[in-house]
Amino acid sequence: MAITLPQDQVAGEMAAVGYVPDRDLATALWLMNSLKRPLLLEGEAGVGKTEVARALALARDTRLIRLQCYEGLDQSSALYEWNYQRQLLAIKAREGQHGLNADQVEEQIFSEKYLLERPLLAAIRQSKPPVLLIDEIDRADEEFEAFLLELLSDFQVSIPELGTISALTIPMVILTSNGTRELSDALRRRCLYHYVDFPDIDREARIIVSRLPHIDAALALQIASMVNLIRKEELRKAPGIAETLDWAATLAGLDIRVLRDEPEAVFETLMCLIKTAEDKTRMTRQVSDRLLGKVA
Amino acid sequence: MSALRMSEADLGAMMRAKLSGFVTTLRDNGFIIGLAEMRDALGVMSGACASRPSRFRPALRALFCSRHSDWQKFDEIFDAFWTGRGMKSATRMTGAPRKAPSGLQAVAGGRGLGDSLNADHVQRGEDAEQTEVGQSKREGASHTETLARTDFRHLTDPNDLAAAHDLAARLARSMRARLTRRMRARRVGQRLDLRRTIHKSIAHGGTPIELIHRRRKDKPLRLVVLLDASGSMSLYSAVFLRFLHGVLDAFREAEAFIFHTRLIHVSPALRERDPQRAVERMSLMAEGVGGGTRIGESLGTFNRWHAKRCLHSRSCVIIVSDGYDTGPAEQLGAEMRALRRRCRRIAWLNPLIGWRDYVAEAAGMKAALPYVDLFAPAHNLESLGAIEPYLARI
Repeated sequence: MAITLPQDQVAGEMAAVGYVPDRDLATALWLMNSLKRPLLLEGEAGVGKTEVARALALARDTRLIRLQCYEGLDQSSALYEWNYQRQLLAIKAREGQHGLNADQVEEQIFSEKYLLERPLLAAIRQSKPPVLLIDEIDRADEEFEAFLLELLSDFQVSIPELGTISALTIPMVILTSNGTRELSDALRRRCLYHYVDFPDIDREARIIVSRLPHIDAALALQIASMVNLIRKEELRKAPGIAETLDWAATLAGLDIRVLRDEPEAVFETLMCLIKTAEDKTRMTRQVSDRLLGKVA
Repeated sequence: MSALRMSEADLGAMMRAKLSGFVTTLRDNGFIIGLAEMRDALGVMSGACASRPSRFRPALRALFCSRHSDWQKFDEIFDAFWTGRGMKSATRMTGAPRKAPSGLQAVAGGRGLGDSLNADHVQRGEDAEQTEVGQSKREGASHTETLARTDFRHLTDPNDLAAAHDLAARLARSMRARLTRRMRARRVGQRLDLRRTIHKSIAHGGTPIELIHRRRKDKPLRLVVLLDASGSMSLYSAVFLRFLHGVLDAFREAEAFIFHTRLIHVSPALRERDPQRAVERMSLMAEGVGGGTRIGESLGTFNRWHAKRCLHSRSCVIIVSDGYDTGPAEQLGAEMRALRRRCRRIAWLNPLIGWRDYVAEAAGMKAALPYVDLFAPAHNLESLGAIEPYLARI
């Protein structure tokens, strides 16, 4: 039987724009689309959670609307805000003129023209379903999470002065979390869930090749296995995929073919992967050579 | 979407029964699965995935998991259930000692481990009822509710202990959510700072073009928790740590200490993201000391080195201890008095109060009592939940 399953199709679309998803993620993305549920991605920093949203937007050729969460994020900076300055100016400008009564003025200044759209409102007013990325939701306060819950289930917003605005299209919502705060059960239940792990050696090699098309496939495999070994060392900050790509680009730029032949250069360029002073002292030449010995 | 949901009817009754059996197994293992997920799962199984059952796994995993711990357990349960070994093995598997959090095994001791290997879920519940939890009958409620009322020292089975830990974490989360919400609700909205707005408007000929907003500064409730980790408390401290980890998360200014013969500052370890790891780190810190408790001396250390930094006028100090002090009682009294002056409230949670016929007769406990605002039991999860209204009032 040679039928293409929808999740394989998703995987193909994503791979075409340079993101290599594993089978589970492809299934989750397909489910997200067909069930119209948000997708919650968890995982360590650097595993490419945000990248999923970016790639999805590219693959679907649609807009990526990003809401970066932070402590103290409130509705007005996530949803909408009135442009007070313009409203006041408009009132001031009309002061001398007659013919408009107070109600009419009010109606005018609380109109579309004076509304400042923020990411969430923008996301539900697109004619083509955008990808809405709600990044690091665990940084936002619990009350914001509750508000988001309401929006994600109804996809409509009520603005007291304008009335209710319903979504034109349902956006594809991706939430990411680093686990700095425990999310509520209610939010978790509403979402599909996928735990993003570091890719295995094979997949990481494919990611390197897809991003750096000129790189030698054998070198990509060596790089991927070296990075995989480094992640198993007890480092404070395990290198992410972006770091791997930096390193791969550096090595390719130095025209290195076989890692084991150039231990000096490997050690020196390892700094692409190491992010803290503590890890730097731990990653000595000896460690580097020992790991290199294990790379096939 | 409609294609996915429509064909539920076509799906054989057998398949539906099997799926609901699977969901029950997952729920037994702590998954939270609602009707909507069930419906979607049926849709997936009868729809696009039907041609290739091997694709059920990732789809069901995305649907049914909602946190990392679920994600880790899922494969094991899935295999146990769908590869024909049935539900029993699935529940048993998670009850096996190697799945029990390692921090707990020491607490649970050797007892009960062997039994749980062979017993299934239901049987164990009955065993516990007959032998150890004799006085707290089930009262027609679910298993979890029994757990909430079971004294921690009766929890010898690693599976039950793990469940108690989960309950503690959940209780902490909901409590924290309510407490922070209340705090937020009190400071209502943004207000206009008229003085500064008018000042700014001078440049525009008196028209307030730039509106300056003002937020009330709020001084949040600060919690300082001192947890007794001595030998006599060892049965309780593991569950408490788990509970505290959940509660402290919300109070950004909270500090936690444990003490036995000395005082150890554990907030950094408690801020560990993974609760299980936090408990492990903590038990490592507490290890090797054991023996007596010097409450007075530990409080002295706290007063001297930490109080100034940790306490302010809206602080509540919670001491969790059974009050068995090996140091002089006068010292404890004096340090309690000093502590009392520095904070708003002192709550003393004592697991022994939950025991029948308990009278505070330990010399240390007697010396401390005059300075305590709330003297409450903390022997089971229900009693832990009961301190919430008290905290909300501060």
